[in-house]
Parts: sequence; C-alpha cells; structure tokens
Amino acid sequence: MSARRRWIVTIVAGAALALLLPHLGVPTFFVSLLTQTWIIAIAAMSLDLLIGFVGLVNFSQAALFGVGAYAVAIGATRFHITGFAGGLVCGMIAAVVTAALFGLVALRAEGPGFIIITIALNQIVWGLAYQWVSVSGGDNGITGITRPPLGPFDLSSNTAYYYVCLAAFALTLAILMTVVRSPYGLVLKGVRDTPRRMRALGYNVWLYRYSALLLSSVFAGTAGVLFAWYNQFVGPVDLSLDQSTQFLIVTILGGIGTIYGQLFGALVVIFLSNELSSITQRWMLVLGVIYFAIVLYAPGGLVVLVPRLWDRLRGKRVAVVPAEHP
Amino acid sequence: MQFYIQNALGGLAYGSLLFLIASGLTLIFGLMRIINLAQTSFYLLGAYIGLSLVTHGWNFWLASLAGGIVTMALGLAVYSAFLHRYHADPLTSLLLTLGLTLILDDGILALWGGDPHSISPPAIFAGSLTFGTLVFPVYWLVVIGISFAIAAILFLTLQRTMLGVMIRAAVDDEEMTRGLGVDVNRAFYIVFAAGALIAGLGGLLGGPITSAYPGLDGELTPLAFAVVIVGGMGSLGGALAGSLIIGLVNAFGKALFPELSYFTIFVPVALIMAFRPQGLFGRKL
Repeated sequence: MSARRRWIVTIVAGAALALLLPHLGVPTFFVSLLTQTWIIAIAAMSLDLLIGFVGLVNFSQAALFGVGAYAVAIGATRFHITGFAGGLVCGMIAAVVTAALFGLVALRAEGPGFIIITIALNQIVWGLAYQWVSVSGGDNGITGITRPPLGPFDLSSNTAYYYVCLAAFALTLAILMTVVRSPYGLVLKGVRDTPRRMRALGYNVWLYRYSALLLSSVFAGTAGVLFAWYNQFVGPVDLSLDQSTQFLIVTILGGIGTIYGQLFGALVVIFLSNELSSITQRWMLVLGVIYFAIVLYAPGGLVVLVPRLWDRLRGKRVAVVPAEHP
Repeated sequence: MQFYIQNALGGLAYGSLLFLIASGLTLIFGLMRIINLAQTSFYLLGAYIGLSLVTHGWNFWLASLAGGIVTMALGLAVYSAFLHRYHADPLTSLLLTLGLTLILDDGILALWGGDPHSISPPAIFAGSLTFGTLVFPVYWLVVIGISFAIAAILFLTLQRTMLGVMIRAAVDDEEMTRGLGVDVNRAFYIVFAAGALIAGLGGLLGGPITSAYPGLDGELTPLAFAVVIVGGMGSLGGALAGSLIIGLVNAFGKALFPELSYFTIFVPVALIMAFRPQGLFGRKL
C-alpha cells in the first residue's frame, strides 16, 4: 500500500516537474538537453522491449532510428512531405520496413549469432548513408529540415518542441508498459526464457520475435523522426554503430527489463556526456570506463543500484538481489 | 579481363587482411563464446604502434611484430582482469569488449590525433609488377603470402599439435574436456592472446592497403563480422573462405557500384542466412 502510494507520488511529482520545468527559469540550453533526453529515452525503451522482454540484443537499433530520421529528411527536402503527421508516418514506415527486412535475415539466428548479424546489418545501413551520396548527402548529411507545425502550434521554439517530445515519451512509456504487462508481453517473456518450451506449447516463437521487432521499430523510427526535427539535420552519425552503442549503454545503465528505467539511463548519459565534454576532450574515454564499471559491478542498472545505495546510506541492511539477466 | 584480374587480386589482398582479424574473432568465439568487438581496435592500435616505431627507424617487420606483441599484452591483461569471468556469457563479455573499444578508440585519438596516416611498404616491395597492361603493387602479393602463411601455421597448430587437439576438443564439448583433466583455461588464454597478436600484427602489415585513421576499426568491423557469418562461427577454414569471399565481393562492389559498395556485402550475408544460417563451415548453433 505505502509502496504503491510512494510510486504514485513519485510519478505525479516527476510529471509535474517535467511539465513546469521550462517555465521555472532554467536556461534554454537545459531545456534543449532535456528534449534530447526524452528522444533518446524513447529509442532506448524500444530497445529494452527487445533486450529485456524478448532476449534479442539488437545492435541495429540505430539503423532503425536513423532510417526514420533520414526518411523524414528526404521526404521533406525532396518530396515536400512537410506536415507533422506526414513526416512521422513516413519515418515510422521506413523504420518498420527496415526492421521487417532485418528480421527476415537476423532472426534466422539466435543469441550471439543474432548479435553478430545485427552489428553487420547496422554497419551496412551506415555504409549506405555514408556512400550513397546522391540520396543521403553522404558525410554532409541533409540539412534544411524544418520542424512542421503541429495543428495550431508552432514548434520552432525549443520550449514548444520540448512538450512535443515529452508527450511522445509519455505516450511511448504508457504503450510499452501496457504491452509488456499484457498477455502478449507474457508470451514474449516466455520466449525469452524458454524458447524451446514455448515452441513445444505451440507458440510460434519466430512470429513473436518478429512482431516484437516490428513493434520496437515503430518507436525507434518515431524517436528518429523527433531527433531529425530536433537537430534539423541528419547525418551518418545518427545511424552509426556508435549510436547503437549509446542506446545500448542507456538501456543497460537504466536497467534492463524495466522500460521506465531507460529514462534515468538517458538522463545520466545525456547530461554526463554534455558535462564531461565541457570539462575534457577525452569524455568518450571517461564514459567508456564508467560504462565498463556499470557492466561489471551493477548489471541491474541504476534502477537497482540507486535504491540499494540509498538503503545502505540509511544504514539498512538489504539482501543483495542477484541482478536479473536477459 | 584486366579489370577482373586487377580487382580479384585487390580483393584477395584485402580479404587476406580480413582473415588476420576474423581468424581471432572466430576462434575466440568458437572456444569461449566471447564476441570480441575490440578485435578491429587491436588491428588499428597495432597499425599506429607499428607506424610510430617505423618513424623511429625500426625495421618494418620488427615494428609490425612489436605492434602485435603490445596488443597481445593488452588483450591478455583485459582478458585475465575481466573477460575470463564471462566466457559463457556472450552478452556481458560483448558489452565489456564494447566498452574496451570505446576506451581504445578514444585513447588512440588522444595519442595519435585525428589525421589519417598513409603507411608505405618496405622499400624492396614498394614497386609494381607489370604483365602486359596489368599493373599491380608487389605488396599485394606479399600480404596474401603472409596471411596464407599465418593461416597455415594456425591450421597446423590446430590439427597437428597437442594444444590444437585440446582446443578442438574444448570447442566440441568444453565440460567433457575439462572432465578429462585438460587445462581448458590455459587454452582460453592462448587463443585470446593469439587472436590479439595476429590482429595487432596485421595492423602495420595491412597499413599500406588500409592506411590508418580513427574510425578504420569501425569500418572493418562489419566486414570481419560478415566473414564470420559467411564462414561459420568457430571455424578457421570458414574464416579463410569467408575472408576471401567478402574480400572479393567488397572489391568488385567498390568497382562496379561505388555508391552502394558497402551494401554489396549484405548480399552474401543475406544469402547465407537464408540457405545456411550456420555458415559455410559452421555447425548448427
């Protein structure tokens, strides 16, 4: 009862803070970083659906994200698809089509094989973006993407766009939390833990994995579209393996198999990399070391680590719960 | 005709470089289920170390070997400090090697800067061979020769020595091999070290072909992984065949469809996954 109430209070307070923040006199730069946090969190949540609930460690999440971003950019600059809904749908479709293609190839393998293939697939899409200059603009990327108005609202100001991304984040969180608690989500967990038993029970394991990949790509594509509008630029970096790595770090840092944990992962990674990059040029190195330490010593992520540290600080002794691994 | 021979030779040379990276990748994975993402970072680190030694007046071959020994020491340090605990846990070990890649990449950038470095082959092999209208660098043949020699050493070690017998047994059934009293952990160390050594030594050897610049490792990763997918994970013969196939596909892709060149390696990968998911020489995973 009290735990439940604490949850509700935390959520309401968090939501109120997020809604009021741009009006509390915080610098615009801060608002802009938070906007980025919502977007990265959406992508990381979509990845957590795959890692945490289906057991598919997808290294090509950045490709899905980036294809969404490129689709909206190419649509806007070549085909005059400049509306909000038009751009969003364009990006989602591109991401889903890419995922449908990837799934056909990658889901022929399981476990480590899947990882290796998705690494290769991601780099192949990156190679296309990098070298197919006539379509993607090559290394220079595509500039001149403008944020379309959403109905009567003009999104060109950072504050207005902040709310759009916050809303998209909240919606994604709600949908994915519902999905993983639904009967479908339970089957996914079954597929993750004991694929053979599920197969014996008559579930089409491949189809569940495939459908989860497609579902995940919808949100990854959405995040990509939002990111393209946020930066008003798209480049090969957005679908590089480094980008996939960032999503993975956010997902693991937040806590695998939680969906909501990815928000904390995104907050830490975005603000930390920003802070570090203003202090030292070697921030990637520092981030790499932190990440290394997290994987070694806190595989459950922040969602497990922070409460444990908190309890220890207050002098409570807690049984160490072994971190759940996908 | 000349076009085909030229590209075939270039592809073979490039492919034999890929073998130096992919052989370690596939053996390390086959034996201990570790996907070593840092394998191409070892290659790049080896190239830079070798290059620095050459500019200090070292002999090319010695410098290349020294680069390999440094990456081997580094690989062994990382393996014994962290990775060996996770050999049956592909995800954690992959994440650790990913972290290692971030650290190595940034370290390389800090030490050697962001400018690309071209590397010239040793003077005696700097020329070109001419057959009629066909012209190609002698060094291509040298690289192909060295890679095949290394492949031969690896094959002989695996097939003809006690160590090789132990490694093959551990790949087949680790638990049973341990039960028979074989020190499998020692084999793990040796294979990880050998993988890092060969990749690191390949760095300077391949330098005249790939040159060295930050991000080269990221470009080689998909090619090396494609090799392992095509050849079959854990198979040395597969790594050799896969390297040559990917090298050739890559060379002809670059020549025929310059804008889509990276995409062309998708074709063999997709074909293999469709018809033989375990790879040409791999066993069912």
